[in-house]
Amino acid sequence: MSRHRAGTLWFVGTLVFALALMLVPLPGALEPFKPYWPALLLLYWALESEDQVSLGLAFVVGLAADLLTGVVLGEQALRLCALVFIALHFRSRLRFFPMWQQTLAVLALLLNDRVLLLVVRMLAGGSLPPASWWLSPLVGAALWPFLFLLLDDLRTRARIQ
Amino acid sequence: MARARDESSPLFAGNSAGTLRLIMYLALAMVLMVLDHRNGWLWRVRYTAATVVEPIYRLAGLPSAGVRTLSVAFADRARLTEQNQRLREDLLLANAKLNRMAAVAEQNTRLKELLDTQHSLDLNVQLARVIGVDMGAYRYRLTLNMGARDGVRAGQPVIDAHGVLGQVREVLPTTSSVMLITDPAHALPVVIERSGLRTVAYGSRDGGELTLPNIPLAADVKPGDHLLTSGLGGRFPPGFPVGEVRSVAPAASGMFQEARATPAADIDRSDDVLLLHDLAEPQGPPAPVVPAGPAADLAPRGDLPAAATTAQPAPAMAPISNRPATIGGTP
Repeated sequence: MSRHRAGTLWFVGTLVFALALMLVPLPGALEPFKPYWPALLLLYWALESEDQVSLGLAFVVGLAADLLTGVVLGEQALRLCALVFIALHFRSRLRFFPMWQQTLAVLALLLNDRVLLLVVRMLAGGSLPPASWWLSPLVGAALWPFLFLLLDDLRTRARIQ
Repeated sequence: MARARDESSPLFAGNSAGTLRLIMYLALAMVLMVLDHRNGWLWRVRYTAATVVEPIYRLAGLPSAGVRTLSVAFADRARLTEQNQRLREDLLLANAKLNRMAAVAEQNTRLKELLDTQHSLDLNVQLARVIGVDMGAYRYRLTLNMGARDGVRAGQPVIDAHGVLGQVREVLPTTSSVMLITDPAHALPVVIERSGLRTVAYGSRDGGELTLPNIPLAADVKPGDHLLTSGLGGRFPPGFPVGEVRSVAPAASGMFQEARATPAADIDRSDDVLLLHDLAEPQGPPAPVVPAGPAADLAPRGDLPAAATTAQPAPAMAPISNRPATIGGTP
């Protein structure tokens, strides 16, 4: 029972940590390289424990991220919902991909997320972002294997389901 | 627990993510976005959720604050001494200038009193610190550690030691968000110091720059010209440095010249900023004067109703100061 509670705590903790990481600024030159942390963490949990991640959770995390960054309420909720839906839909396949294929899939998901964001911004009358804006999914995908292995390792060490 | 469900889950479709639910959530998100875009609800929700939001800002600001502290802790003595020396010299120079200015300022106030205007050179400012938080979305925002409880109001100008930085856009109880002058949705009425030409400086899309897209072709603008706030619009007080013109070229339309300028303020590096408390006095055109006709008892009887209507001040001529300095707004 307490192990289960520790598991939930760890799960929620990683998501809050991802939201905080999203807000941490990087020095100017590194700024475009910052990955979209909530998406990466949600992807990890969607692949690892299906019964904890649902569209509703993605929506709530997205709303929290919107509240924090203060752009438009619902923007990140929409993006994360779409992302988690795709991830859950192909979950059984993604889980058994070798790591490099999984990384490519994550790259595709993150790029799709950027396209979605671009569409939303354009509809809201925003301006076209600079080319360096597209670097973030690449960095996110490059980090994916390490993030996945690190989180998996931490989880097995703590023996959390 | 997860293993048990794996057997039942088909290979190509998850079971907990129905398409119907996806559509429902997407529709909900879109409705939220449209409502928020139209009504600006988000900031009211944020204001109520501030007890949760603000600690996370402080938490996220910790790494950059830590880096700052570390850089002070590990800075070598020589550099600190050198910096201290430079600051001393700056202070000395500034004080000397101030002393020389004091007499002029006093003369100025006396003359102003004679002219019966309310313009004062005093600044009522409040020092605020920048919290290192990345607000996503193209980064034209700063977060400050002062909010409604410290008397910050939306629309207050924000400056640093070198010039105008931006204006307060949204206020939370103990933090506030500043829209920078380099935001593409920001417009700032400026005057070119050398020629006195008034124009408008917009933020630019590629960041870190100002564009002045509508300068008349015949106007005299050169690289190196200094831009000051003109005080038109009533939001920024006149006379603050804004930037320096870097290049001038004919605009794509061929009807105007377009200048690019670098902001005078340290947009990227400001840690401490000043919030101006006195909103600028309106500097629009003077209120329309009631035409002074002959005294009422001298006016011919037949004209009386007509004279009464012309004596009303024209309400249609609103002073320019009512126009906000922002055009549009960030979505």
